[in-house]
Amino acid sequence: MALLEVKNLGISFGGLRAVDNLNMSLEKGSLVGLIGPNGAGKTTAFNLLTGVYRPTDGTITLDGVNMIGKTPSEICKAGIARTFQNIRLFNKMSVKDNVKTALHNQIKYSLAESILHLGSYKAKEKEMDEKAMEILKVFELDSYANTFASNLPYGKQRKLEIARALATNPKLLLLDEPAAGMNPNETAELMETIELIRKKFGVTILLIEHDMKLVSGICEYLYVLNFGTELANGTPDVVLNDPKVITAYLGE
Amino acid sequence: MEKKKKLLIDAMIAVAVYAVIMVLLNKGILNRQMRSLLTPICTNVMLAVSLCLIVGFLGELTLGHAGFMSLGAYAGALVTINLPFPPYVSLLIALVVGGCVAAVAGLIIGMPVLRLRGDYLAIVTLGFGEIIRSVINSMDITGGARGLSGIERMTNHKHFTIVFILTLIVIVVVSNLVNSRHGRAVCAIRDNYIAAEASGIPVSKFKILAFVVSAFLAGMAGVVYAHNTGILKPANFDYNTSIEILVMVVLGGMGNIKGTIVAAVILTALPELLRGAADYRMLIYAIVLIAMMLFRNSKFNAALMEKKNRKVMERLQKEGN
Repeated sequence: MALLEVKNLGISFGGLRAVDNLNMSLEKGSLVGLIGPNGAGKTTAFNLLTGVYRPTDGTITLDGVNMIGKTPSEICKAGIARTFQNIRLFNKMSVKDNVKTALHNQIKYSLAESILHLGSYKAKEKEMDEKAMEILKVFELDSYANTFASNLPYGKQRKLEIARALATNPKLLLLDEPAAGMNPNETAELMETIELIRKKFGVTILLIEHDMKLVSGICEYLYVLNFGTELANGTPDVVLNDPKVITAYLGE
Repeated sequence: MEKKKKLLIDAMIAVAVYAVIMVLLNKGILNRQMRSLLTPICTNVMLAVSLCLIVGFLGELTLGHAGFMSLGAYAGALVTINLPFPPYVSLLIALVVGGCVAAVAGLIIGMPVLRLRGDYLAIVTLGFGEIIRSVINSMDITGGARGLSGIERMTNHKHFTIVFILTLIVIVVVSNLVNSRHGRAVCAIRDNYIAAEASGIPVSKFKILAFVVSAFLAGMAGVVYAHNTGILKPANFDYNTSIEILVMVVLGGMGNIKGTIVAAVILTALPELLRGAADYRMLIYAIVLIAMMLFRNSKFNAALMEKKNRKVMERLQKEGN
C-alpha cells in the first residue's frame, strides 16, 4: 500500500478553485517532485496536506489513516513534516534549540518536571541534546549549535529548516522549494543532502521545486500542476518532454 | 558544566542579597522608609517576572496584569480574614487560593488570546483588568470602594524571609519553565507560530498554559501585596499598575529575566527614594520608553549588533576549520 494516498483533493477560496481534483500516490521511500508554473497551486497543495487549510473535498490518508480535519500539529505527530518556501525558523532561539523544539513530541516529560527541573528532566534533556547534535551533524551545522538561527547564512538556514523537520521523525517530508535562492554549488550540495537524508532517515520525500536540474537529477516521479489541476504525471524524462508541460511553462 | 557554574553563581547572588538585607534589617541600619520598600520591591519583581512569561517569551502584549494581581490579593485576603487558621497556615492557603483564582481568570482571558494578536489583545486585556476592578468596586464582600481592611500583615519587613523565598520561587519557576520543553514550545510560538504548529506544537494549548502560569504567579504576588499593606483598595489596581509592570519587563529587555528583576527593583525603589521627582515619574517613563525604542531601531544599535554577530561568526569559522 502507498504511504500517502491523495484522492480528488480540492479547495475553493470563494469562487477561486485553487486546487482541483488532485490525485497522488506516494510509495514508501520514494522521492517525488511536485512542479508547475507560478500560481499553479503547489504550495496550496502542501498547505492542504499539512492541515493549514481544510480541503473542500477529497481525501488524504497517510499509512491508511485519515488526515482530513486534523490540526497541523496533529498531522505533524502523525508523520508529515514540512519546510516553508519563505524560511520560517525560530530566529531568537539557538540552532540547537530549534531542533530541540521539534523533538517536542519525541522526547517527553511532564509540566511539573519542567517547572521543578526534577525527575526525568535531566536525563531527557541530555537525550534531546544528543539527538539534536546527531541531526545537526548530518547537516554539518553542529559547530553552529549555539548561534542564533537568524545569524546563520541563508543556505545554512535552509538546511536548519530541513533538520528541524526531520527532528519530528516524519514518515513523509515535504520540502517547499528547498533550492530557492541558492547558487549552483549550493544546489548541488543540497541534492547530495537530500539523497543522504533519504538513505539515513528512511523518509519519503515530496518536494516542490523550480530548479529543473535538481528535479530531473533526483526525483523519481513527477506530478505537474497547472491552474490547480493535474497536468501530467510520470518519470522526469517523460514529463519534462511532454509538450503540454512545456507549453504550460513557456507558453505557445 | 558551564550550566552548573552559572546556577551556582545565581544561587550565591541570591544568598548574598538575602544575607545583606537581613544584616541591615537586624542591625537597624535601614530606616523606616527603606524597610517599608522591601516587600513592594519583592512583589513587583514577582509581578514583572511572571509578566515576562507572556510578554517576553510568548511574545504577546497584555495590559491586564494588575487584574490578575487584584484577584489574587482579594481572594487571599478574604481567606486569611475569614478562615480560623493559625497565621502562617492561613497565608499558605491564601497563596494557593489567590494563585488559583487568578489562574482561572488567566484561563478565561487565555481563550480570546487564541483569536487575537498584538494591539487587539492588548485592548482586550486592558478591558479585562478594568472589568475586574469595577466588579470588585461594586461588591459587598470586597468592601467596595472603601476597601478591604483588617488583613493581618504577615508579609511585611518583619517576615522578610517568607517574602524573599516566595520571590525566589517565582523566579525559579519562570526560569526553569523557560529552559524546558514546554518553555521552548512557548518561545517557538513567539518566533514563528506557523512553524511551531508545523513542528508538532499545539499552539493554542501552550498560549493558554503561559497565561495560566503567569496569572497564577501574579495572583501569588497579589496575596503578598495584600498581607503587606493590610488594606486593599480597587483604585490600587488600575491600568497604571499594569503599565508599570509592563515597563519593568520592557526596560529589563523582553525575555531577559535577570534584566527584568533589576528593572523591577530600580523602578520600585527610585520613585520612593527620589520623592521630590515623583511628579515627573510618568513623564520619565514615557521618555525612557521612547528612547529605548529609538535606540533599538537606530543605526548605532544595528552597527553594534553587526559587530557582535561578525565576531561570533568569525570565531565559529575558526572552530569549524
